[in-house]
Amino acid sequence: MRMLPVLTRLAWRYLWRNHRRTIIMLSAISIGAWAMMFMTALSRGMVDQMILDGISVLPGHVQVHNPQYLDDPSVSNRILLGENELADRFASLGFKAWASRVKVPAVISSEYESRGVTLLGIDPMAEREFSFVSYDEVEGRFLESAEDTGIVIGRKLADKLDTELGKRVVLMSQDPENEIADRGFRVVGLFTANMPAFEETFVFISRKAAQKMLRIGDATIEVVFLGDDYRDVEPTYERVVAAVDGTLKVSRWHEIDTYLGTMLKVMDGFVLVWVVVIFLALSFGLVNTLVMAVFERVREIGLMLALGMKPASILGQIIIESMLLLAVGLAIGDALTYATVQPLQDGIDVSVVAEGMNMWGAPSVLYPKLYLYDVVLANVVVLILGFLASLSPAWRASRYEPVEAITKVG
Amino acid sequence: MTAVRCVDLCKTYRQGDQDIKALDHVSVEIEEGGFVCLSAPSGGGKTTLLNAIGGLDIPDSGEVWVAEQRIDQMSKGELADLRLANIGFVFQAYNLIPVLTAQENVEFVMQVQGVPATQRREQSLAILEEVGLQGLEDRRPAEMSGGQQQRVAVARAIVSRPALVLADEPTANLDSKTADELMALFTELNRHHNTTFILATHDQRVMRYAKRLIRMLDGRIVDDIEQDAA
Repeated sequence: MRMLPVLTRLAWRYLWRNHRRTIIMLSAISIGAWAMMFMTALSRGMVDQMILDGISVLPGHVQVHNPQYLDDPSVSNRILLGENELADRFASLGFKAWASRVKVPAVISSEYESRGVTLLGIDPMAEREFSFVSYDEVEGRFLESAEDTGIVIGRKLADKLDTELGKRVVLMSQDPENEIADRGFRVVGLFTANMPAFEETFVFISRKAAQKMLRIGDATIEVVFLGDDYRDVEPTYERVVAAVDGTLKVSRWHEIDTYLGTMLKVMDGFVLVWVVVIFLALSFGLVNTLVMAVFERVREIGLMLALGMKPASILGQIIIESMLLLAVGLAIGDALTYATVQPLQDGIDVSVVAEGMNMWGAPSVLYPKLYLYDVVLANVVVLILGFLASLSPAWRASRYEPVEAITKVG
Repeated sequence: MTAVRCVDLCKTYRQGDQDIKALDHVSVEIEEGGFVCLSAPSGGGKTTLLNAIGGLDIPDSGEVWVAEQRIDQMSKGELADLRLANIGFVFQAYNLIPVLTAQENVEFVMQVQGVPATQRREQSLAILEEVGLQGLEDRRPAEMSGGQQQRVAVARAIVSRPALVLADEPTANLDSKTADELMALFTELNRHHNTTFILATHDQRVMRYAKRLIRMLDGRIVDDIEQDAA
């Protein structure tokens, strides 16, 4: 540690001995760091949006079902708690939002066509936080209460059924006795969704209307909860588990939607791979810079050794030089990333390719997300790999024989 | 007390197809407080002997003792410690660290030794004044003449008062006035601090200051005489 100040001073001065080379290398590191963090921010933003969209479609952060429902999602496997009982258990637990809903497979028919759909019986007020439908942008109107008698369907489904606002459609499903349960509804609203498939898959009626049609009293199929952060659902999960006393099945969102859960894990792996790949490209420049820096001062290294500096100190000096170079480059890269991500917080419109992206669930507006975790990861990985990359030239420098180094020509 | 003792040193270099005997069974003993000049034509072996005494070069055979320690079998780390604590070096060329100022160059050895900053500063300024470089403390080597650089190197070699100073052609880049001043400084240190000086030189002016003159030829000592120093 005693040698640290002198080694740092030497390393810093040697770094700026060849300004041009150092500036070129700093530029490469800065741009590389910026590229890895900016791309990560874009990817994070896209995946976050996909997950948030995915969660908002229905799952919430935590769900409660009848224990058999996930294996057999039929009305027979419903939650036998009434609205008041559910409210008693969950309303006071401080969730960001929660809602109970009826959710069963059904068939919708117009006078011309029939389609298989997922029927959602909801309380529109409670469901607002979980819905992928923007209520205000619905053509006609959205459902107005848990007793509403209308139906809201997707615009694409309306096209397929050849129906329109004001016309009647028939919903058909099964009741708990496996008897046909059907009812006619008037189309009161047509919604649009980012993902075209949603417009064809989901239809909304009020919870009361669904319960009545399916003859399930005031029972429900699933209860959904929203916590503060989809990445950290454990606090919400634990509160729900405590409230249901083991009688119902409680699931985290990534257990319900394994695709999105896997996507999040893949994204974490992708960030690391991306950082390493960029660094590998940078490492050639870094090692070359260090080798050149060592090569052009062989005599000075010999002199330092002759004056009593130990080989370990020479090794340390070269490594510190590498670390300083990387630290400055990373600092510039970090600042550059912040400066470029910050103005894009309102989103980047990629609607030119939106249709293609929508098909796999990506949003048409990207909101870059710069997480501290990703910045720290990129910086730490680069510093660790940089340390490893600089070991070889540093080791070579420390192995010089003083007398040979001092007398080295050219 | 013996400052340096070399026993039957041999060192052979390979140059192309030829083996060059840089040291050929050299034995010499130098007392503490000695002021010795090694004189030889180019390739005569004086620099090799100087390097062997300084632990910079390991002889093929024989023994080297410095400060009563056998150094030819020491590890690199031990040699570094020995040089740091006991020996001041002045090389013929490439003497200074180019990215450090004159004062920082002088302080370098003390800094490696762990001397506190205040003491380093006081000693370095004093020695720079002593070698006539006051006002040039903040200059880097590239901003100084060859003579000034050599004086900085001398200042660095003697600033921590080592027991032994090894100098290879210390006056090579100096004008005669500066060379005389430098030799006067060496002489004073030798007299007042009992510092042992071993100088390899061609320079007749330098030889006049030596108490002992060792002449070498083809890696062997051919003459070893005591003389009255100037």
